[in-house]
Order: sequence, then C-alpha cells, then structure tokens
Amino acid sequence: MLPSALRDVLDTFALVSDPVDRANLLIDFANRFRPVPPEIATPPYPADHLVPYCESEAYVWLVPQADGTANLHFAVENPSGISAKALASILASTLSGLTPEEIEQVSPDIVEQIFRQNISMGKGMGLMAMVQAVQALARAARQR
Amino acid sequence: MTTPIESRGYARGEALVSTDWAATHLQDPSVRIIESNEDMLLYPTGHIPGAVQVDWTADLNDQVRRDYLSREAFEALASRIGITPETTVVFYGDKNNWWACYAFWVFQLFGHTQARVMDGGRLKWDQEGRPTTREVPKYAATTYRARERQDGPHRAFRNEVLAHVRAKGQLVDVRSPEEYSGARMHMPDYPNEGALRGGHIPGARSIPWARAINADDGTFKTADELREIYLQEHALKPTEPTIAYCRIGERSSHTWFVLRYLLGFSNVRNYDGSWTEWGNLVGAPIEK
Repeated sequence: MLPSALRDVLDTFALVSDPVDRANLLIDFANRFRPVPPEIATPPYPADHLVPYCESEAYVWLVPQADGTANLHFAVENPSGISAKALASILASTLSGLTPEEIEQVSPDIVEQIFRQNISMGKGMGLMAMVQAVQALARAARQR
Repeated sequence: MTTPIESRGYARGEALVSTDWAATHLQDPSVRIIESNEDMLLYPTGHIPGAVQVDWTADLNDQVRRDYLSREAFEALASRIGITPETTVVFYGDKNNWWACYAFWVFQLFGHTQARVMDGGRLKWDQEGRPTTREVPKYAATTYRARERQDGPHRAFRNEVLAHVRAKGQLVDVRSPEEYSGARMHMPDYPNEGALRGGHIPGARSIPWARAINADDGTFKTADELREIYLQEHALKPTEPTIAYCRIGERSSHTWFVLRYLLGFSNVRNYDGSWTEWGNLVGAPIEK
C-alpha cells in the first residue's frame, strides 16, 4: 500500500491528461525541489549516496529521526535534470516523516504513473533507480 | 571570448550560427529555431522566444520499431512546427548540443539542408543573459512535401559496418574511454541501455565526442584545434569513408556534424544502431 500523501499526488496526475498540463505540474514540483541541507551533506557528495543509472547525477539520503520516522533528502547535480528534480521533490515531500516500513512501500511503478508520455527512451530506468534507492535505504534503516 | 565562427576555418561553417545571429532572427519568418534536449521537460521550463521543441523520443523516432520517423510522420512534424522546405531551421539544446545535432542529422535524412546548429546551445544563450520564455509559440500549419527518407548518405547499418571493418575503414568510437575499453557498459552516470558485451568495434579510434567542444561555453573548437584531435592525433583522413558510433547514436551524430561540416569529411555516416546493437549482435567481432 502506497503512503497516502504519495497516493494523493498520483491521483492528481491521474486526473491530468493533457501532456502540457502534466509537464507544467512536473515543472512545479521541480521548482519546489530543495537540495539536501548542508547539515546533512555538502558537495562533493559521497559516491555511496549516488543513485546508479540516473543520468542526472542524483544523490539520496534517508535520515532517521528520534521518533522512529525518517526524512528523505536529495541532490540533483545536473541543472538540466528537470525530471529527476521533479521526482526527488515528490518523493521527499510525500515520504519524509514516515517510518522506514512505510517508506519502503513505495514502488518504481510510480515513475510510469507520474511521467507517462513526458519521458524519453532510457530515462525511465534512471528515475526508477531513484525510487529503488529510496526503497533500499528504507529497508536498511528498518533492519538496523 | 570565443572566436567568431567565420574566422574559425570550418569547411562548411554555414552550418553553424552564433547566439548573436539567432537573437537577430527571432522574428524572421524564414527561420525556425528548434530546441532538442535529453529531458523533454527542459524546454517547457524556459526556452528561446519563438523556439519550438522537437523531442528525440516522441517526434524523431518511430513509436514501434527501432527506426526513425517515416516520410509521412516527418511531413506532419514539419507541418506542426510550421516549416516549409525553404525554412532555415536552427537547432540548439542542452549539453553541447548533443540532441540538437541528432535532430539536425535526422532532418538530413529527409534532405532538409537549410539547417543550422546554434553554437553553444542553451548554455551559451543562458550565460549571455539572453531572454527566455515559457510561452509555447503557435505557428500556422504548413504543407511540407518531403522526399522519402534517404538513409544511405548519412546513416550506416550493421552489415555496412561489418563490411567497413573488414575493409579496415575509418571508425570512430565517440563514447567514454571506459565504454571503449569495455570496463564500463554504459556512459558514466547514464542508464545502461542494454548491451550484453562490452568493448569496441575492431579498429575503431577512441575519440570521445565532447573533445570537440570548449567546455566553458559549449561552443565548438576551431578547425585547427579539431584537426589536431581528429587528423593529427588519430590520423583520420577527410577523404576516406568514415563511420562514427556511440551507444544509441546521439553522441555520434555530434561527431558526424563535426567531421562533415566543420572539418569537411567527404563521406561520414552515423551508425545509430551503435553499441546497443553491436554489443548484442551474435557473432559480431569485438575488440577489448
């Protein structure tokens, strides 16, 4: 079961069928993207936080909180990586504050639901890898 | 300060225009500025006023087969962006104009020779603080009668590449050194778009595509600097048939542009099947 805040975002995308409106929605998310704060990490970012296969040089952090929840942070080093920034913004805003168990419920399937026709060949793999990296971090945090 | 294009000694320098030139032709009805990027969401975040977007996945590729668009689809695309065969199309985009060169190359398959690349692309336009807009322009639909796609002069297929290898023809591998050596199966930090084997086509010279570019502003190097790389360092001969390849054909279309237009190679083709075909072909010769 996907976390409810993420489901709300997916529901919004499902309601918007016009490609231009969908692109604008994605760009709004990309504009809201805030890179990882300096108290968590500063560039050059460590390679073990780099998302494999992501063309936009995306990094991800899952930071456990005292109350058992966790926050997600991303960095996207390619200034042209609008898609990666949009997805990072969606993931960080809808999954932060949940428990690692809840965060792990996210699925790479959301990439198709979010981007649909606004995606180039080969790009899906990198974006799905961002989701898989989140899942892997959540799994590791849960098992800790 | 970049040297003016006309003083850089290119063989066919008319294929390149400056940001200044583009800026003075924004309202010119005989010119259409076209943006092509890797990420199709980049154009809607802001683009040159009046520029249209042509996307490599949605517009230039066949939606079912691994191939380029048909004549009919090209005519429909041309109509949508409001061009005729007489319109001068000017391509620009992200990252050293890689997808811009790819779009330029596809347009040549249909013989649209009134085509240019804007030197420096998005990077230079932005660096110079020139205007951008999110407004998507609307142009009246045109009627464009295209000829059938002619792959022969610009495009190489696998069997032709194989014959070229056997004849010890000039081959240029424009991927990263790690991809060329087979140490890495894909572009650094880029998705692995599926090849079962690593390495390079036997006899290919390793000349990474972005060596043709000045990294600080995305402009092309001068003809002398390019000759130093391609002719002196790698002993390529401009009169010999030459085939360039990468992983899916976009980086090699950039090198194709450099060799054909900037250095005047007489016969250069882009093997767009590239490593994602060669590295999966049963029995194809590979060197590591």
